[in-house]
Amino acid sequence: MKSLEELMAIKEKTMKKMTVREDTGDDVTRIVVGMATCGIAAGARPVLNALVEEVQRRNLKGVTVSQTGCIGMCQYEPIVEVMEPGKEKVTYVKMTADKAVKVINEHIVNGKPVAEYTVGAMTK
Amino acid sequence: MYRSHVLVCGGTGCTSSNSAAIIETMESELKARGLEDEVKVIRTGCFGLCALGPIMVVYPEGAFYSQVKVEDVPEIVEEHLLKGRMVKRLLYDETINKDNVKSLKETEFYKKQHRVALRNCGVIDPENIDEYIAYDGYQALAKCLTELKPEDVVKIVSDSGLRGRGGGGFPTGRKWSFTAANKADQKYVVCNADEGDPGAFMDRSVLEGDPHCIIEAMAICGYATGATEGYIYVRAEYPIAVHRLEIAIKQAKEYGLLGKNIFDSGFDFDLHVRLGAGAFVCGEETALMTSIEGNRGEPRPRPPYPAVKGLFQKPTTENNVETFANIPQIILKGADWFASMGTEKSKGTKVFALGGKIKNTGLVEIPMGTTLREIIEEIGGGVPNGKKFKAAQTGGPSGGCIPASLMDTPIDYDNLTAIGCMMGSGGLIVMDEDNCMVDIAKFFLNFTVDESCGKCTPCRVGTKRLLEMLDKITSGKGTLEDLDKLEELCYYIKQNSLCGLGQTAPNPVLATLKFFREEYVSHVVDKKCPAGVCKDLLTFVIDKDKCIGCGMCARNCPADTIIKTDYVAEGHKLPSYEIIPDKCVKCGACMSNCKFKAISKV
Repeated sequence: MKSLEELMAIKEKTMKKMTVREDTGDDVTRIVVGMATCGIAAGARPVLNALVEEVQRRNLKGVTVSQTGCIGMCQYEPIVEVMEPGKEKVTYVKMTADKAVKVINEHIVNGKPVAEYTVGAMTK
Repeated sequence: MYRSHVLVCGGTGCTSSNSAAIIETMESELKARGLEDEVKVIRTGCFGLCALGPIMVVYPEGAFYSQVKVEDVPEIVEEHLLKGRMVKRLLYDETINKDNVKSLKETEFYKKQHRVALRNCGVIDPENIDEYIAYDGYQALAKCLTELKPEDVVKIVSDSGLRGRGGGGFPTGRKWSFTAANKADQKYVVCNADEGDPGAFMDRSVLEGDPHCIIEAMAICGYATGATEGYIYVRAEYPIAVHRLEIAIKQAKEYGLLGKNIFDSGFDFDLHVRLGAGAFVCGEETALMTSIEGNRGEPRPRPPYPAVKGLFQKPTTENNVETFANIPQIILKGADWFASMGTEKSKGTKVFALGGKIKNTGLVEIPMGTTLREIIEEIGGGVPNGKKFKAAQTGGPSGGCIPASLMDTPIDYDNLTAIGCMMGSGGLIVMDEDNCMVDIAKFFLNFTVDESCGKCTPCRVGTKRLLEMLDKITSGKGTLEDLDKLEELCYYIKQNSLCGLGQTAPNPVLATLKFFREEYVSHVVDKKCPAGVCKDLLTFVIDKDKCIGCGMCARNCPADTIIKTDYVAEGHKLPSYEIIPDKCVKCGACMSNCKFKAISKV
């Protein structure tokens, strides 16, 4: 170790891998993936992993990705719910890994929910 | 990339309750379900809530699972990690909320705590230097080496008001300045990790949970005092701590954080680990250094103090593990930050190892000035089984007890000294109405008699005579005169012993005499032990009218002292039993086997 910069580089790199362990308060955006049997069968795992990777790649703060059980609309799995503090919950259905990346980019980063993937658009 | 981190406590407490097997099972279960690239299992240091071990925390939810068994692991993997449904029955009940879990910080146990020395314990992987660096590790060392002069570092530590956490309470900054002021071709830094007080385990937990912070602090101390070599003297009975220290030192050397020319500053620092064989006296600083030198661990007279002639006759700074654990944070956050916590003369926080008759056995770190009541009733969850709190022993065999009447004393070095107690290393043993204070004093005296190194007479012979007097009292042969003699001998030993061991050995006797003299008096005058502990002063009796004659007591008596009588109580069909007092060994087996509460001790 020859310089502070070297130390800080290790810090930054490791920090990114450890964000999942931060003690999240109430003002955090929660992204939840339905991971019951129906969700897993429909391919929720790659969706979940894509979400996690994208959040970490962009180093987003105050965003957690976790799983939940069956939401009750098994025909629309994989389902992803986005819960932002103080806002209505947005439910995305029939998700794929690619769609998941788009949701992170447009909804989480730019603040514009992707209307075409939502349950509202699908059931119309 | 991992979507979830599973932290399992790998401290000594949880390891003894099988957390290693839990980690293994977890890893194989994850593999079986193809989750090994999604979920990472991390073995951490102590979380502090040892009573609930083995402990497992699952992130990102922060779900706190307590008393996890190997059989529970498949369920946690299947339900929580795969399907996202937390296993409610294993969650620590205080953290359960309606639809999610409360943060640990909101629970009674953690709410009042303020973690400085323990900040990384249970948070990072102690065997991964990168995680320590991610949590600001080695930044304080970098700051010292690149921005500060050695005297600036000493000044920051002095200004912070940090005092020795091993028990002595000597100002750390002043200690450093003494060594810094002495010119020598070689100086040393020594870390005292020979934690010997029965019931204290904070040093072990720091070494197990955050070994790098000790390495960093010792290097800082070396820079501040002009030392280029350090020794960590740790008990061989702490295998996990030793193992992690060795890993940490190896990693630090690989990163060039130990060795030559650290941070290109021209400063060299090297570190060695020395194992102690478990002699209590080696926790005394001069005995410890004698032991590192390869000699029999015996204290030597001071002066000369270690700052002048310490290890290998060179100027040496010796600090305790917990003292060192505070250093990196003080350098990073500043002396004012540290001095803002605590009381006027005792700054910062103190770690206590809670044990004995208390619900939440474990490690707590609280700001100085917190009252004993807050520690026991709020953080510790109170005395279990509805018993009444009687006293707390601080400082182990060198300390004294705080009786219930002084529960509201703010705990700091000076307040404890004023009531005849001692901070000590921070063991806090809680006692309830079932503990006999004379017996407690005898317990600690037994320990010091065993551990006295024998070099000086007051300690070697004096403590033995003290123990004999206590034996006499607890066996019902004591007189009131003995109490005065006991006290006199205590003061004699304190004044004439060579080192801290002897000078503090009579403290448990003096403190119990001071606060619980009436218990001593009932032992010698009434020949009774009020708490019902001292066997020689007890008799077990069977209430012949309550006895239904089932014979359970007689069958369980190991000494065959219970016989059938001719007496049949009214309403009973079988004759009652009785105990022959002379033959009774007072084991209590009859009492615990009687379902009709017919047996009592008087």
